[in-house]
Amino acid sequence: MADKPLTARMRADGEALDLQAYEQAGGYQALRQALGGMEPARLIDEVKASNLRGRGGAGFSTGLKWSLVPPDSPHPRYIVCNADEMEPGTFKDRLLMEGDPHQLIEGTILAGYATSSDAGYVFVRGEYHVSGDRLRRAIEEAYRAGYLGKNILGSGYSFELHLHLSAGRYMCGEETGLLNALEGKRANPRAKPPYPGVSGLWGKPTTVNNVETLCCVPHIVSRGAAWFKSLSKTNDGGTKLYGASGKVKRPGLWELPMGTTVRELLEEHAGGMRDGLRFRGLLPGGASTDFLTEQHLDTPMDFNAVEKAGSRLGTGTMIVLDDQTCPVGMVWNLEHFFARESCGWCTPCWSGLGWVDRILEAMEDGRGQPGDLEKLADQARFWGPGHTFCALAPGAAEPLQSALKYFRDDFEQHIREHRCPWRTNG
Amino acid sequence: MAKVFVDNRAYEVDPGQNLLHACLGLGMNLPYFCWHPAMGSVGACRQCAVKQFKDEQDSHGRIVMACMTPAAEGTRISILDEEAVSFRRSVIEGLMLNHPHDCPVCDEGGECHLQDMTVMTGHDYRRYAFEKRTFENQYLGPFLNHEMNRCIQCYRCVRFYREYAGGSDFNAFSLRNIVYFGREREGVLENEFAGNLAEVCPTGVFTDATAKRHYTRKWDLEFSPSICVHCGLGCNVSPAERYGTLRRIVNRYNADINGYFLCDRGRFGYEFVNSPRRIREPRLCGQTVSREEALNRLHELAAGGAIGIGSPRASLESNFALRALVGAGRFYAGIGARHSALLRLALEILHRGPARTPSLREIESCDAVFILGEDVTNVAPRMALSLRQAIRQPGMALAAQFKIPAWMDHAVREVAQDLRAPLFIASLAATRLDDIAARTFRAAPAGLARLGFTVAHALDGRAPAAAEWSADAAEIAQALKSAKRPLIISGASTGSTEVIEAAANVAWALPGAALALLVPECNSVGLSLMNAPPFDQAPDAETDTLIVLENNLYRRAPAGMVDRFLAGFRHVVVCDHLENALTGQAELVLPAATFAESDGTLVNSEGRAQRFFQTFVPAAPIVESWRWLGDWPSLDDVLAAMAAALPQLAPAVSAAPPATFRVHNQRIPREPHRSSGRTAMLAQITVHEPKPPADPDSALAFSMEGYPGEPPPPLIPFFWTPAWNSYQAVNKFQEEIAGPLRGGSAGVRLIEPGAGYGFFADLPAPFEPRQGEWLLVPRDHIFGSEELSREAPGIAKLAPEPYVGLNPQDAAGFGPEVEVAGRRLPVAPQPDLPQGVAAIPAGFAAFEGWDLPQWSRISRIP
Repeated sequence: MADKPLTARMRADGEALDLQAYEQAGGYQALRQALGGMEPARLIDEVKASNLRGRGGAGFSTGLKWSLVPPDSPHPRYIVCNADEMEPGTFKDRLLMEGDPHQLIEGTILAGYATSSDAGYVFVRGEYHVSGDRLRRAIEEAYRAGYLGKNILGSGYSFELHLHLSAGRYMCGEETGLLNALEGKRANPRAKPPYPGVSGLWGKPTTVNNVETLCCVPHIVSRGAAWFKSLSKTNDGGTKLYGASGKVKRPGLWELPMGTTVRELLEEHAGGMRDGLRFRGLLPGGASTDFLTEQHLDTPMDFNAVEKAGSRLGTGTMIVLDDQTCPVGMVWNLEHFFARESCGWCTPCWSGLGWVDRILEAMEDGRGQPGDLEKLADQARFWGPGHTFCALAPGAAEPLQSALKYFRDDFEQHIREHRCPWRTNG
Repeated sequence: MAKVFVDNRAYEVDPGQNLLHACLGLGMNLPYFCWHPAMGSVGACRQCAVKQFKDEQDSHGRIVMACMTPAAEGTRISILDEEAVSFRRSVIEGLMLNHPHDCPVCDEGGECHLQDMTVMTGHDYRRYAFEKRTFENQYLGPFLNHEMNRCIQCYRCVRFYREYAGGSDFNAFSLRNIVYFGREREGVLENEFAGNLAEVCPTGVFTDATAKRHYTRKWDLEFSPSICVHCGLGCNVSPAERYGTLRRIVNRYNADINGYFLCDRGRFGYEFVNSPRRIREPRLCGQTVSREEALNRLHELAAGGAIGIGSPRASLESNFALRALVGAGRFYAGIGARHSALLRLALEILHRGPARTPSLREIESCDAVFILGEDVTNVAPRMALSLRQAIRQPGMALAAQFKIPAWMDHAVREVAQDLRAPLFIASLAATRLDDIAARTFRAAPAGLARLGFTVAHALDGRAPAAAEWSADAAEIAQALKSAKRPLIISGASTGSTEVIEAAANVAWALPGAALALLVPECNSVGLSLMNAPPFDQAPDAETDTLIVLENNLYRRAPAGMVDRFLAGFRHVVVCDHLENALTGQAELVLPAATFAESDGTLVNSEGRAQRFFQTFVPAAPIVESWRWLGDWPSLDDVLAAMAAALPQLAPAVSAAPPATFRVHNQRIPREPHRSSGRTAMLAQITVHEPKPPADPDSALAFSMEGYPGEPPPPLIPFFWTPAWNSYQAVNKFQEEIAGPLRGGSAGVRLIEPGAGYGFFADLPAPFEPRQGEWLLVPRDHIFGSEELSREAPGIAKLAPEPYVGLNPQDAAGFGPEVEVAGRRLPVAPQPDLPQGVAAIPAGFAAFEGWDLPQWSRISRIP
């Protein structure tokens, strides 16, 4: 429990903790503690002091985000839990929702209390129906037990929590695209400013937090910021759910101290590459992060260190590339996904992703042309941060630009030989 | 003002603007697509990217979208920066990947914003080597073509249609590079402003389907500055002609009136000019005669004394010419007594009372609106679009509190949600603005008047009141009183003077309130200002001859009455442009020019006199009505004579520069500088280039030659400047973007408010339904109620079939058809119609001349 606050009490059989089990394990004590006399401002300060950074991938300070709702802003105010986990290679929030839904609910209520919110929404990825079912049941339990609804635990604080299952698009995971989707609109992102803290859901002050982020909150309240910071090996507070997929011996998910190195994750927890395969590179935090290679294996997996290595921590769930898998094919797969999921709003994204998808497809089919690499590089630059309306295309640029850097020979070989060297039928 | 630096030069700009707006206002060429001056910024297309620098020391900078960046004090940007130039080129490259490059067969070609911006950014080489995506197109009705393959996904269409114009049957579907802009199922677009998509779309996805049937490139068209003749608002238009037929109408920007948008009646009603029912030769006793024979006969008859009947759809000049021909004492307004009384009352209210008539631009900033008796969308359509903007005032104010600039369109709308300025609609039946109304009230005309009177009483105890409305009236009065710029709208549509009086009382009880009184026709107000009595008061024994100007009297009074009236004259002369029931009975018929073939002045419901100019010279012997009826050498001579005879109309003379006006000794060309037809278009007849027709009436020339620069606003035939071939060239003609044209908005106001007034004191009796009888009331239709536009095939197609509308409870006693005044009509159940009242579509051929409202039996068909 001490070093794995988020997952230690989960059941071995994969079933969800029900309310009774959750309470027995100390659940809802943080909520009692907070509502029992902790001012919202103190709660925010505590979370700020814990150095909890957003686990959705951007790593923004959670306490700071909460303080961005102006104190005199109108009601109703909303907390939205972003549970639209659709980043390729990422499955950490699913574990938290399926294994311990009350932990998320408690964290959400606490976030609501900190921001003086009146209601919350858990926006769950449409395909996560197990998470949806378990959360629905848990929310009902929480209402019955008086943790949700009017005058929670006699504190005078009221908070409603709604479950919303997404219709299913990657764009719904972008916080403002999510808000539009919740309002029943196209899941296009919104221009910022105004930020959701000022004008969010239905134009009202709204705070959007990731599942894993919110799950940390009850523990910070119970054990204090200093304890939370001490869990980490680096300056970012807490533990982190790290994962690995790809042709490693033991793909999976582990709660480890923030700042665990890439090498430890890959070699100890994931068990290294499958026999006969060699490591070529990995995307450290989902599809929309730059490749890291051999030279980066000793990088601690926290927000700043991974950035320094030229990538992003993202969701902390790595996708590993081996030497028997075509890097061009892998990048094509990812760009095809991003192209499919572009909302169609801004030109670099809807237009450029479609083009890159076609170029990579052609390259894999042996129809690559001299000049293709320049076009790919042009597009990756074109999708740079600030060039597009939201982070989807800049995210899509990351695996592409880094693959062009680290696996350039492979791309050139595809064009030169008019075939994908990894395809047996050539 | 804020100082901003663009490519290291300092400029003073309004810090409330975004950088794109500011740069365009400074005359710079910065390309854009999704931004629209009337719809603000959304940051979708990324075309207006510039490099922004933190300060003088910053040499690296970062790419920002000019449309999404405020023009704040000290902002430093570069348009010419290499990375910014290259970025903008990449955007065009991206937009053009799937574009079909079918400019030669595209109706937008030659006036395409996408073409212009492509050239401007320097994108000229295609690197995309794959198949293009294709779409199926939809039938969207008679007005618009749909060619989705050309789409560049700028979202302007859907933003205009849904957010600006309030439509709901058009949307963006799907995602990525296959976003589809259209209807869920193909079918006629329901919104009355859909035609604007042809101009809102920066390329050829939506193009004018009426123009397609007689298509001509912009550069081969001949344009003139003109005024729409299809309602009383006087929107500014540019009609365009080739080979003697009118090819289309495009918007002519006037910041005070139509701004960037027209209604579909105004845009597509023009085809009456090309109608096969045009009168093209003079006719005497059914026989075609020469111009000289016709004139001889006219003068012979006039010399013996004649009664003249003018027209609310003819120019001031033509009406004055008839008045001068027959003498002031024998000149009558070509409208019935009831209608005349309504218009005279309206004018008296506007002259005498303190409430001022607002321009449409002013209406857009009103923050509480009370509509009494009018279905604005169907009577004065363009005003409804302005009202949709007016109700956004509180939302804009809220956004300002959050420091969200007004141009940040989606953010403003997100904050505003459903927060709207109070709009109260009291009408005979449902209206097309009900969806944004705070409350709606339905009543017979007497009930509407009583509600209005009571609202006035709630505002000022000296005005009389009706008890039954007091709670509703108090609510309306409270909202109007709390507003900074309240607006009252009423008009002649219900046929009730009491309704207009009630509206006047409300406006007068609210210091500072604006009062808009709607009139049905393009020169209703101008004709009324001539102070002529209604034609049914004309004595028929006094003279042998009746001369009727551009007027089908059978629309003005019941057929029996008109027949009796005509029977009182031995000779009937009609000067008009379309055959109608009256021209068939005339001894002498004179072929008159339409608005597109003539010059003249119209006065709109605001009281603004505006000049329209001849687009093309019609085939002889068609001439302007004022040329048939008088012998002035030019329009300016008619205007001078009119100003002398009717001093109240004298300011109208200065509505536009006179025919002698020149810029650098040159006339203003009606044809674009690229007109390719000049030497070719008559080559099959003669290889010698024909001399262009002379124009004694205006400073415009029927030629591509003349002053190539910017004429004064009343004389701008079309918008076109180097590098800006599309309508968006209008940017280059404005004092500031979305502001007035350089030189000021065209038109001269003839009506200003007075000081003295006393409240109208007489409430009508409450409406009492009758047994077996219904009060027939007129119901206006944007498509079908107006006389000229319904000659256009597209408009005729969208006009409903004649019907009688009844409250479903009233209708329950009848079958699917009933008999009303000898006519068999289908029953249309209208839940919003009060019981005891029956709605008849106004102005339809089947009901021409019906004097409404009137009581009538409605009987079951056995």
